[in-house]
Amino acid sequence: MDESDIRRGVIAALTEVAPEVDAGALSPAQSLRRQVDLDSMDWLNVIVGWHRRFGIDIPEADYAQLSSIDAVVRYIAARLPAPR
Amino acid sequence: MADFLMPALGADMVTGKVVQWLVAPGARVARGDVVAVVETHKGAIDVEIFLDGVIEDLAPLGVDLPVGAVLAQVRGADEARAASAPPPGAAAAATAPAAAVRAPAAAQPPAPPPASGPGASDSASRTPISTPAARRRAKELGVDVTAVRGTGVGGAVSLADVERAATSRPAPALPPAPEARPACALDPGPMRLAIAAAMARSKREIPHYHLAETVPMRAALDWLREHNAAAPVTARLLPAVLLIKAVAVALRGVPELNGLFVDGVFRPSTAVHTGVAISMRGGGLVAPALHDVQDKPLPRLMAELADLVQRARSGRLRSSELTDPTITVTNLGDQGCEAVFGVIYPPQVALVGFGRIVERAWVQGGGVGVVPTVVASLAADHRVSDGHRGGIFLGELAARLQQPELL
Repeated sequence: MDESDIRRGVIAALTEVAPEVDAGALSPAQSLRRQVDLDSMDWLNVIVGWHRRFGIDIPEADYAQLSSIDAVVRYIAARLPAPR
Repeated sequence: MADFLMPALGADMVTGKVVQWLVAPGARVARGDVVAVVETHKGAIDVEIFLDGVIEDLAPLGVDLPVGAVLAQVRGADEARAASAPPPGAAAAATAPAAAVRAPAAAQPPAPPPASGPGASDSASRTPISTPAARRRAKELGVDVTAVRGTGVGGAVSLADVERAATSRPAPALPPAPEARPACALDPGPMRLAIAAAMARSKREIPHYHLAETVPMRAALDWLREHNAAAPVTARLLPAVLLIKAVAVALRGVPELNGLFVDGVFRPSTAVHTGVAISMRGGGLVAPALHDVQDKPLPRLMAELADLVQRARSGRLRSSELTDPTITVTNLGDQGCEAVFGVIYPPQVALVGFGRIVERAWVQGGGVGVVPTVVASLAADHRVSDGHRGGIFLGELAARLQQPELL
């Protein structure tokens, strides 16, 4: 799974919760929750979606690191088993 | 013979439209069964029946019918069919086309709720509980989630239960269920009009008073952090669940905030069915009930809340959820403002609001510290209570939130 696969999965889980989001219009480096109207229940569901897709544990203490699409992709990439 | 009527799904509903019958004429129905899908300004609602017997003379599909119109007849189990009894007026014309439309529904009747599921209690018997994740996975795997035995909290069907059911299923996979549900895209226009009508009635009829109290949340959030650190992401709790449960528990001491004001009389309710204000994506608001909040453990409430939010947003609420709330809680959440001054949803007599949890300088024991706090507010009805009692409620609510382990 390379970076673009991860990015696709990250966005897919997001649009599952917020179907009205135009993924192409999101700024990947900007605050995610400021761009997408996600309440606490939505946010939890998005995190559950990432957990499912990538099979990684995301402790609550790490939520603050998941600030933007770019940050989420970095976070997940660092926790996936190394390729090769 | 008893009439099954178009329910009033909230104070603001005037008419509704049956868009699907989930039972065939002649089918046996029991209290709590979902028998029809009725389209309203709140989306398509699964309408439950509160009669036992054999259902007949189903009203036609797609016709606007007023609240109170006869939708069907239910014959008692041992009541012989009156052979020559004429069908009620509205249903007569409808019998032929309606029967034709209903054929697919008859071929795939909805699974009846289990008579005594695991952990069945008064409220559990309403419907088998399943988590949204479990239902999503069940859909992917072609598993009938209502037929899965739940091992989660309160007998809830969990993701693991679904996956177990999928692997233990006999080889020929069930064909994927046809998209039986009618489309239920929400038109915000009618919903806005309905909210306006209900809120105008509230402001016209209910002499509101408003109170607010800032509540320290250190104990509650520490407890929550500890609980969530040990829990997989799918079992984590949101602060909203603690807040809702604390409201229900605090209401025990102040029953004049929990109930309905109908025909000039307040009818208190012993059960606390908390309407939860849920904002719709794209605008609008609906406040369906979490039932019997006072009796349910937090993990179960969390599962039910997640399910309720998901169904509210997809327009799949049940009729009892719209008719049963005895009080409403509105929680602005972590993206909201600091405080909310609520408008009561008639015929309820109170609304409890929570703002965003905010860190503040807080004086305690003669020192100043930084403490997370939430502004809890109460809008209540002067016809039933006054500020003194409302204040007692908010004080009790604040006290309950200092002992989260007891909630």
